[in-house]
Amino acid sequence: MSPPDQTTLPSNCDDASTLRVQNEALRNQVDTLQEQLAALKAELEAARGLTATAADTIAPTPADAPRRASCGPCGGDPSTSAPTAPPAHPPRAPPRHGLSRAQAERYSRHLLLPAFGVAAQERLCRGSVLIVGCGGLGSPAAMYLAAAGVGRLGLVDHDSVDVSNLHRQVMHSTARVGMHKALSGRLTCAAINPTVQVEAHVCGLSPASALALVDGYDVVIDASDNPATRYLVSDACVVAGKPLVSAAAVGTDGQLTVYNHGPDGPCYRCLFPESPSPENCSRCGEAGVLGVVPGVMGCLQALEAIKLLSGVGEVASKKLTLFDALSGRFTTVRLRGRSPGCVACGASPALTRASLPDYDYVLFTGQPPDDGPPPDLQLLDAAARLAPAEVAALLAAEANGAEANGAAAADGAAEAVAEAGEQGPEAGAKRGEDEARAGAESSTGSAGPAGPGPRRGVLLLDVRPQAQYDVMALPGAVHVPFERLDERLGEVLALCGAPAGSTPAGSSAAESSAANSAPTSASAAEAAPQGAAVDAPEAAAAGAGNHPPPRPRVVVLCRRGNNSQRVAARLAALGVEGVTDMVGGYQAWARQVDPAMPLL
Amino acid sequence: MVRVRLEFSGGLELLFGNQKECEVDVPVASGQQELTAGHLILWARDNMLQERPELFVKGNSVRPGILVLINECDWELCGAGESTISEGDHVVFISTLHGG
Repeated sequence: MSPPDQTTLPSNCDDASTLRVQNEALRNQVDTLQEQLAALKAELEAARGLTATAADTIAPTPADAPRRASCGPCGGDPSTSAPTAPPAHPPRAPPRHGLSRAQAERYSRHLLLPAFGVAAQERLCRGSVLIVGCGGLGSPAAMYLAAAGVGRLGLVDHDSVDVSNLHRQVMHSTARVGMHKALSGRLTCAAINPTVQVEAHVCGLSPASALALVDGYDVVIDASDNPATRYLVSDACVVAGKPLVSAAAVGTDGQLTVYNHGPDGPCYRCLFPESPSPENCSRCGEAGVLGVVPGVMGCLQALEAIKLLSGVGEVASKKLTLFDALSGRFTTVRLRGRSPGCVACGASPALTRASLPDYDYVLFTGQPPDDGPPPDLQLLDAAARLAPAEVAALLAAEANGAEANGAAAADGAAEAVAEAGEQGPEAGAKRGEDEARAGAESSTGSAGPAGPGPRRGVLLLDVRPQAQYDVMALPGAVHVPFERLDERLGEVLALCGAPAGSTPAGSSAAESSAANSAPTSASAAEAAPQGAAVDAPEAAAAGAGNHPPPRPRVVVLCRRGNNSQRVAARLAALGVEGVTDMVGGYQAWARQVDPAMPLL
Repeated sequence: MVRVRLEFSGGLELLFGNQKECEVDVPVASGQQELTAGHLILWARDNMLQERPELFVKGNSVRPGILVLINECDWELCGAGESTISEGDHVVFISTLHGG
């Protein structure tokens, strides 16, 4: 922040060599300040008359660069601009480039590289890159571009740092949880290289703002996380005439290409004229992502941006690089060229500078411009659903073997718990069967695994994916992943005590389940009668006569409360009486009932 | 029969029993001389797909957002659904990713 070396002047400065060192230090500072000044001037210039210079700054070719050095941010002769230069300067030929001494030192390993060299570095120092998204891709991209000395970086995001970002979004840190990502990114980049100008754009990218932002930079990096933004970035780049370095990563896969570059390079819409449906788009927040994978892809994006700015190397236009992290394999495939009929970059584009700001990307993609969770559904009657606290009360009442009065708040809950007294043993036995199969989850082991548990008439049906169940679950929950429901439907209906014959005749899935997945279904089918047999006298005495197969109160659980409603509605339609779900799923449970449970 | 090396990636493998790569013998459609990419898609749907066909096919082709690569090459460069698939060809179905 404060000019460093002035305060460290040695007191006994009669020594000439000390003065010379001091002069050098001051000269370095002047260099740095001049660079920043030049960058600011360039920005001002760009802001004044953007269109005039645009053609010059797009993707410079090797030929256009060397002698334009004087007009860039590195311009000026360092030796004349240092007012305190000692008169007795050692002899030195005037530099044949525009880099300051500080720059020459900082980027020396680039300059030493025959394939890169000083001219390429100068072009890099004059260049600018807009990075859309400060997440897993944008982090390494921004950090490497700052380190490499790109003159000006723009960081776009609308979100703030969350603790679940940190395993891959390496530009942010634990101390910055809650800070805006663009601001956190600017801090990191400035710390890496204070001579780079970093601009934080904290409102994200919208159709209204996209062109103004994209116009202000030479190269754009798409490091976003959703289709709506990806189409918007691509369209804006086509309209503004900027090359777009695009990458994506989910799970253990990564993809990279450069759009809108060269005479016939395609744009995003040339490849994907029709938006994929939301079901075809997996999100990191749902499918997970191995942190290093976006790291690898973000580094590759920085590399492509460096190639575009410096004019060195071959740009990945009309090529798609696929990264398979598990096999450790990179594959590059040839892509189609520009599509003449493309609505963005084709012969008669519908998307123009005038029309783009009004284009409805949410409508086009059917998805909001973020990678947040899908909206909360309301499939079940809201009054019939159970809040986490109500589920907790049900379980507590049951664990105490107490009568329901007062313990359970939900309407119908009291009845359910009363039934628990009648049907508990059997449900417990069923539960034991499931837990035995699930391998007696040690992490959830507060309820005894196999064997008869406490008397209970509540069946918790957990329909989350296996990976989520492996992290934590409510004790005694029967786990049937949503995706496996069809093939295990017979088993689930038996556990729920659905009336015999409720298995839908028309459900081919249930039939095939019975026919094909013999081991699972058979064991379940056996388990229930066994459990019933053990405790049958008691259950029968308690009045099961009206309901030959005793019915537990079924509460379906998922992560957020959507799939649980889908399953509950399906089971209800198949004859499971009183089936309901927990509002907000495990996330709500962790927030409202058990803060010690990890919030996935 | 045409022997084809199939690969699924970008999450599509989840629809195919979580297998990323396999070799299959695909019959040529009746009345046809050669196996086309379009026929291969329908054959894969009918014979290999394990769940949610609506996430793989739409009409007679792949869903929007899925790229088809034949021998490391975008199928648009060799005729899309009409592309001829020959013995030993490598066909990749890849779902485009959006995450970051």
